[in-house]
Amino acid sequence: MTPSVPAPLGARTPPLAEPSAWHEISLTVNGRPVTAQVESRLLLSDFLRDRLGLTGTHVGCEHGVCGACTVLVDDKPVRTCLTLVVQCAGAELRTVEGLAPADAPLTPVQRAFHECHGMQCGFCTPGFVMTATALVEQHERPDEKQVADALSGHLCRCTGYRNIRRAVCQALDERFGE
Amino acid sequence: MKPIPFDYTAPSTVGEAVALLADEEREAKVVAGGQSLIPMLNMRLARPEVLVDITRIPELGRLHVDGSGDLRIGAAVRQAHAAADNAVRDGWPLLAAAIGHIGHPQIRNRGTVCGSLAHHDPAAELPTAALALDARFVITGPRGTRTVIAEDFFVATFSTAVEADELLTEVVFPLPPAHHGWAFEELTRRHGDFATVGVAAVLERDTATNTCRAARVVFCGAGPVPVRLPAVEDALVGSDIGEQAVAAAANAALSRLTPSDDVHATAEYRREGAAHLLVRACTTAWERC
Repeated sequence: MTPSVPAPLGARTPPLAEPSAWHEISLTVNGRPVTAQVESRLLLSDFLRDRLGLTGTHVGCEHGVCGACTVLVDDKPVRTCLTLVVQCAGAELRTVEGLAPADAPLTPVQRAFHECHGMQCGFCTPGFVMTATALVEQHERPDEKQVADALSGHLCRCTGYRNIRRAVCQALDERFGE
Repeated sequence: MKPIPFDYTAPSTVGEAVALLADEEREAKVVAGGQSLIPMLNMRLARPEVLVDITRIPELGRLHVDGSGDLRIGAAVRQAHAAADNAVRDGWPLLAAAIGHIGHPQIRNRGTVCGSLAHHDPAAELPTAALALDARFVITGPRGTRTVIAEDFFVATFSTAVEADELLTEVVFPLPPAHHGWAFEELTRRHGDFATVGVAAVLERDTATNTCRAARVVFCGAGPVPVRLPAVEDALVGSDIGEQAVAAAANAALSRLTPSDDVHATAEYRREGAAHLLVRACTTAWERC
């Protein structure tokens, strides 16, 4: 059998020297202003992890299926593997690290995940926690269908969904009253 | 799973965006929410030389009901925004319902209405909803601005009437008729998946005779474009949407739909599913009239 050889990239590859392939962008991450030189193709997930060292955002599937890389962009949960960092110029980002700094108590969502054992291996947890954070920050309590819809955007390979759901409901109870 | 290098630019006017798209030196691709494009970039299935981000063009971020009662959604309007808008929920509930079936909230927070339409995955919800709601598409390019009706917009899988140097700037949903009911039903293996098969139905009731005056029934996942079948609609129009008429419509769908086999389902399974969904959709739409 002949080993398969990757096809050459060919002339289509844009010149890296092209200045517009790099951009200086400013955004806010966990309340702090950040300015960085970034390449057009840099995914937000890689920017957070590799450039800012915020490795709490986990990268699972890299094509928008698993939800592990979810963070809040302008208070809305989004997939960072489906977002280029250049698209986020001027945006306010919140990652799992921004919820409860080392010297602060856990947020009600984090506490609920802890108390309800809403995790097993923990890989999917940061994504779930960020989506849950957006849910408790809504003006009105989301109904059961909305909660299920929001959580369906995340996969837990340990299949620990029952406790995750319990944790989210506990956090919602605390926020909106039972 | 990383994109190849490309340039990125975020123009502030439609004119600049069109000029970038018309530049023959470089292969440009429009990005708005990126929820279909970025996975393709990550997998290197898409290899554009420059991305034109249209979300910084203020006029494209507009969603409003115009003087003649039509709903106009600009190219940068996110799906979540449209689905939560009170005017949309009241006047175009089918649209809001169809958006609810797209992926997950995390996707809809980024993805745009026009982006999904211009991408045109034939299993996607919005092209089907747009055809059912008789939408019009406003397209701007170097040769000016033109409006295309839904019947002419969807050309083939991942292909629309929008040329490479043009931009879909707005989709217009006409004011629905007074006594109409709607339904959107789909069959998926998992919540949030693309439809294995789906159906959107809009029925109009003649209040004097209590019969169906007009019907628009559109299937997704049943061909390379959203599918409307005259035989299905003819079976419904003039009837009281009783058991017999709905069964005739379902039979027409069974015998005329030509979906394809793929890894998700056989053609036969899709046809059967479509016929069942059609019965459910007609009943629901009629109750809502």
